[in-house]
Amino acid sequence: MLDLTSVSKTFFPGTVNERRALTDVSLSLAPAEFTTVIGSNGAGKSTLLNLVAGSLTPDSGSIVIDGSVVTRLPDHRRAAYIGRVFQDPMAGTAPTMTIEENLAIALSRGRSRGLRLGVTRSKREFFQAELASLELGLEDRLKTVVGLLSGGQRQALSLLMATFSEPRILLLDEHTAALDPSRAELVTRLTADAVERHHLTTLMVTHNMEQALRLGTRLIMMHEGRIVVDVAGEQKQRATVADLLGAFEKVKGAGFDDRTLLQ
Amino acid sequence: MTGAVELGLIYAVMALGVYLTFRILDFPDLTVDGSFTAGGATAAILIVNGVNPFAATAAGAAAGLVAGTITGLLHTKGGINPLLAGILTQIGLYSINLRIMDGANVPLLRQETLITPLRDAEVLGTWVSILIFAALALVIKVVMDWFLNTDLGLAIQATGDNPAMIRSFGVNTHRTKILGLALSNGLVALCGALIAQYQGFADISMGIGLIIAGLASVILGQAIIPPRIIVVATAAVIAGSVLYRVAIQIALEVGLDPNDMKLVSAVLVVLALVLPKWSVLRRVPSIRSIRRSAAVEPTAGDR
Repeated sequence: MLDLTSVSKTFFPGTVNERRALTDVSLSLAPAEFTTVIGSNGAGKSTLLNLVAGSLTPDSGSIVIDGSVVTRLPDHRRAAYIGRVFQDPMAGTAPTMTIEENLAIALSRGRSRGLRLGVTRSKREFFQAELASLELGLEDRLKTVVGLLSGGQRQALSLLMATFSEPRILLLDEHTAALDPSRAELVTRLTADAVERHHLTTLMVTHNMEQALRLGTRLIMMHEGRIVVDVAGEQKQRATVADLLGAFEKVKGAGFDDRTLLQ
Repeated sequence: MTGAVELGLIYAVMALGVYLTFRILDFPDLTVDGSFTAGGATAAILIVNGVNPFAATAAGAAAGLVAGTITGLLHTKGGINPLLAGILTQIGLYSINLRIMDGANVPLLRQETLITPLRDAEVLGTWVSILIFAALALVIKVVMDWFLNTDLGLAIQATGDNPAMIRSFGVNTHRTKILGLALSNGLVALCGALIAQYQGFADISMGIGLIIAGLASVILGQAIIPPRIIVVATAAVIAGSVLYRVAIQIALEVGLDPNDMKLVSAVLVVLALVLPKWSVLRRVPSIRSIRRSAAVEPTAGDR
């Protein structure tokens, strides 16, 4: 479903700030495979997601989604394939527009937008049914402006908007990191449900090792722009946080002191 | 005073255009001063040359569409800052408008214009003409309400609200910006064409400072009618435009110098923009404070 072949990306090449974000990364995701991505700050996790989404273009290598080469396509032309939820709950929705308008925008993902009414009665019924599945009571607030919702509600709505039009690939960029623990738990559960229901090929970046182990069918760990651990299936089911820390220590070759991994 | 209301209703067409860029696209577009004159100049010169006034007015609006498109291209493809892109088009249009009119003004005396039937029937300055101009503004408002609620219109709204989000759903924000700017300046130029016929001439300076009148109308309208949805917001813009013209009329009647009107307008807009930010006034219920309290209000479904 998603194939990255020898993808490299360097920021500020040829300057003193030159930084190799990704080095010769190859990754292949099978349909409906749910992969979690962990790694310390600067490991290249976000760069990986941005390259898949088209917010960045690679210096070399190729990116293929469901048989189509998308390496050089800008983000808006890849949108038909990709649903995305950002870390910032404000990023995924239009704040001055209503819940139903936001959903209508999401429903037309990747299609040409013409002069048909954005929100129709039949769409509204569909939106209500979908919102009810979030169990947040939003189904009765279709005409509420999204800016009035709490962070957790907005993130749940962003997740619905990213998934209900059934993209080929779902990208989650630390989408629970900015929420309080109970909200993060809710959005995590909704994520698992949505991926299951729509059989989405998913790439989820997280800082939370426990979450990375609990969710998904495959786990990759990145370090300094490379994939250093890649476990799937039973091997992943058996893995523990201690195993991951051990693996990380081995890769690093030195003592372990990265606080961001300890969360 | 009925004259001021008439003017306010005609200028409401321009204010709706300014609303589209300033509020919906979040793009402070200064093309307006030039595209308004371009609309007036194009319509006037065509009428003088015997073109049907309806066709001439439409051509005036089309001139605005082109002007807006140019600003849009400068901003999106050229990567030029919005304010500068607008100013560049506006300055360029100054020369173009002089070329269109082949001089600094075109009188429309004894020409058959859209306003002539009203003048002949002696309804100008009465309730009849107010109703006619109100109907015109209302038609444009309703079409705009409808357009902004279509799939394309929602994409334009989201472009001003959260461009990264709307791009992630497959919309080319360059295109929505250019389209929004073109439509906005089309409305502004349509207004220019109507004003030229209403006042009986097109003039190179007819658009100077017009952006301030447009902004004043938008801000004034939204101060008296807090906009929650598009339908209300566009109605508020029309009300704001009428109110602005009436305020100017009153200022003239109490004996202020007409030459000072631009300064009065500028001060009005500054006050409307600055007053809501002063802490003393924040306690007075205004749109700003109502919005803020609504934003932190605990909501029912939030568990």
